[in-house]
Amino acid sequence: MDAFTTHTGTAVPLRRSNIDTDQIIPAVWLKQVSRTGFEKGLFSAWREDPTFVLNDPAYEGGSILVSGPDFGTGSSREHAVWALQQYGFRVVIAARFGDIFRNNSTKMGLLPVVLPGDKVEALQAAVEADPKLEVTVDLAGRQVRWAGEAVPFEIDDYTRWRLMEGLDDIGLTLRHSDEVAAYENGRQPWLPTTV
Amino acid sequence: MGRTLAEKVWERHVVRRAEGEPDLLYIDLHLIHEVTSPQAFDGLRLAGRKVRRPELTIATEDHNVPTVLGPISDPVSKTQVETLRKNAAEFGIRLHPMGDAGQGVVHIIGPQFGLTQPGMTIVCGDSHTSTHGAFGAIAFGIGTSEVEHVLATQTLPAYRPKTMAIEVSGELPTGVTAKDLILAIIAKIGTGGGQGYIVEYRGEAVRKLSMEGRMTVCNMSIEAGARAGMIAPDETTFAYLKGRPHAPEGEAWDQAVEYWKSLRTDDDAVFDKVVEIDASTLTPYVTWGTNPGQGLPLGDSVPSPETFSDPVARSAAERALEYMGLTAGTPLREIEVDTVFVGSCTNGRIEDLRSAAEILRGRTVKTRTLIVPGSMLVKLQAEQEGLHEVFKAAGAEWREAGCSMCLGMNPDTLKPGERSASTSNRNFEGRQGKGGRTHLVSPQVAAATAVTGRLTAPADL
Repeated sequence: MDAFTTHTGTAVPLRRSNIDTDQIIPAVWLKQVSRTGFEKGLFSAWREDPTFVLNDPAYEGGSILVSGPDFGTGSSREHAVWALQQYGFRVVIAARFGDIFRNNSTKMGLLPVVLPGDKVEALQAAVEADPKLEVTVDLAGRQVRWAGEAVPFEIDDYTRWRLMEGLDDIGLTLRHSDEVAAYENGRQPWLPTTV
Repeated sequence: MGRTLAEKVWERHVVRRAEGEPDLLYIDLHLIHEVTSPQAFDGLRLAGRKVRRPELTIATEDHNVPTVLGPISDPVSKTQVETLRKNAAEFGIRLHPMGDAGQGVVHIIGPQFGLTQPGMTIVCGDSHTSTHGAFGAIAFGIGTSEVEHVLATQTLPAYRPKTMAIEVSGELPTGVTAKDLILAIIAKIGTGGGQGYIVEYRGEAVRKLSMEGRMTVCNMSIEAGARAGMIAPDETTFAYLKGRPHAPEGEAWDQAVEYWKSLRTDDDAVFDKVVEIDASTLTPYVTWGTNPGQGLPLGDSVPSPETFSDPVARSAAERALEYMGLTAGTPLREIEVDTVFVGSCTNGRIEDLRSAAEILRGRTVKTRTLIVPGSMLVKLQAEQEGLHEVFKAAGAEWREAGCSMCLGMNPDTLKPGERSASTSNRNFEGRQGKGGRTHLVSPQVAAATAVTGRLTAPADL
């Protein structure tokens, strides 16, 4: 995955809550066996509504999605992350995220940023007032900045390091293969196999 | 200080723990299906990696499969299923394909084979993996990157979630089911209430649930936002497991049971959060909105958005009523449905089919009614018990095993504007087909609704 240190771009305000991954990418799009082309499915049902925010030319090219609380709940489909990234988003900001979506995002280098609800609202209002507002998401400094505001966010050191280095999780784990093998020797004898 | 059930199972599976890093957790069982695995296998091939423990991995075809006999007609679905077959063969993973006696919804087949056992760690690229927690396992859904990680290493790096106890006191009244209990819990704590937690369901009402009922409760833990749901194993669990194909036998069984009995939260253990609910006050529940937390007792009416003090909940309710085509104040019992669906990993087990059949016996359905067994073995058992004859005589459709109308990936869908009473787990916009409107209910309410064409409790008949 691509390393993420700091990203500056424009934002898209999404004033909805409880955005489940079925809305981010409906199930009909999950039949593909490749990893590409999911941007077409992003919010595909909502995009049929001409007033939906992604259809507003004012927000074209936005790379930071600023959403209401409980973004990415429901289904585990990582396709939701792929769709957001392939559409051009690098960051999603919300007050709360679904656990699996948040995990999937950090595996792919899409940064999920948790800000307090009032700060999310303030950012949404600022972007609505000026769609070309520059927003900086600084992972190194754990801060979101716009128009004189600087709001800190929390992220654990390990995930931050992995994102900033763009590291492959599997490669990291394979360094500990000996420990995995040692663990396997001590597994309980009755544990099932599928054969 | 004592430990919770979740802490005991987690600690047993820590391969490596280092300061400032997530734990590296060993995975005892990895379940795979056609939708979330193809890109993971591609990743392995690209990196020249193998599956570390194919014999701890099992695959089935469920999301895309049609539930009428015959081949898959959608070429894209067909390619996805064929891709799983190729990948399973290439990497040496046991697969239960369409037509196989062991095929079925991934969360139905694990328990039915006895592969799901107390104290295990179980993952699958599917959020309803929480189902397996009913046996006292830590079981959770993962994304495709993590599927690839487990295939390659049989481990996952993860931070241990916090622990939450949901204490269910009292007894469920007659006619009130595990599904009503979990819908009531989600309505109480909200779709984000469980975020960051492993939930342990405890208390008298939970202990009295069958394994099927416990699986229904744990299945929808994700709908409360929880990472996983668990119930401590007991005699009900052991009786369910004994004699299943992959359950231990003889001396190994005795050893296993001895260990399994230690898998309970110590009396002096402390949960990070405790939620209490009184089962004896519950009645059949139904959802009225577009997230599973928007539920009410069936005796209530569609709520008015103004009654929500939180502005976010208010605007969500407004939007939900618009999407659902409902007017505030309408009694829920007056809502007419076009389709009834009984099935899914939430309610597609034999006990669910029996309870629906009991209500439909000697009655006739007024709506399109799909009865979809969760697995081919559930189907076989239901047919041995004659349940299929009851369904057919009532005018319901008796189908082959699969995920069916739980999600819009196979031919079983709602048309725009159509309304269902569904025993599945998600009432999201478009979940059962674009523009479809879903009311989540128990199998009993689903069957009674099929008879009247309106949301109905069995006691109303």
